Amino acid sequence: MSSEYDTTETLDVKGQSCPMPIVKTKQAIDGLEAGNVLEVVATDSGSISDIQGWADGTDGVELLEQVEGDDLYTHYVKKTE
Amino acid sequence: MSTDNPTTSVDDADSEVDAAELQALRERVEELEASMAAVDDGDDQQKMTIVATQGSFDMAYPPLILASTAAAFGWEVIVFHTFWGLDILHEEKSQDLKLSAVGNPNMPMPNALAALPGMDAMATKMMQKKIDENGTATIEELIDVSLESGVDLQACQMTIELMEYDEDDFYDGVTTGVGAATAIQHMAESDVQLLV
Repeated sequence: MSSEYDTTETLDVKGQSCPMPIVKTKQAIDGLEAGNVLEVVATDSGSISDIQGWADGTDGVELLEQVEGDDLYTHYVKKTE
Repeated sequence: MSTDNPTTSVDDADSEVDAAELQALRERVEELEASMAAVDDGDDQQKMTIVATQGSFDMAYPPLILASTAAAFGWEVIVFHTFWGLDILHEEKSQDLKLSAVGNPNMPMPNALAALPGMDAMATKMMQKKIDENGTATIEELIDVSLESGVDLQACQMTIELMEYDEDDFYDGVTTGVGAATAIQHMAESDVQLLV
């Protein structure tokens, strides 16, 4: 599953719903270095839109890709600064 | 020496003046860039103030969800809890917030039934079970993540006294000793203001 990205860390938020996937993604990103990529694995279907909105509105992060499949939503977020 | 290329010497004189002017301009640009950066920093920091007035089980969620999410965006967030909203921050009472079955058109029962003793407790139990099954955070978890992420949860001092609560009754990290004027000040400085 882990794709072409060299992911530094994987955050498992399966079974958790709004707002926890976002809140925990933010916390995980805070613990990383610039250039690191965080993989977020969620079951919350709202996480597609929410992670997009969060990444758009937050400085220092870039949403690389979102993969949907089998009730699993995987997001790749890069810490840019 | 006098036969030196006159064009060159004129150029030299010009460039000396230019160098001084250029240096002054550079300094001015640096100064302006610094003040622009300071202004940008101020604008970048978004701020939200929520006033939470309701203390029923269902109404405790929206302010805490919005507050913790805005904090994840890097916003400065203040939630001013007043009247029944204060119970959300009360360590003991927050564990026992009730959903009202009466006057709630979304309840699958008529008001006459909903008003019977024990109905609020039953409705609350049902909701809690659903929340648990859905993987929705508990109120305590939301308070914890909010405080962890720097949300300023404020307890209205007037309400503390009105309800005869003690400042120690609240979660660690809750701000006490604040009133409406503090809330107004935060609202005036905020990009987003909400009354829940």
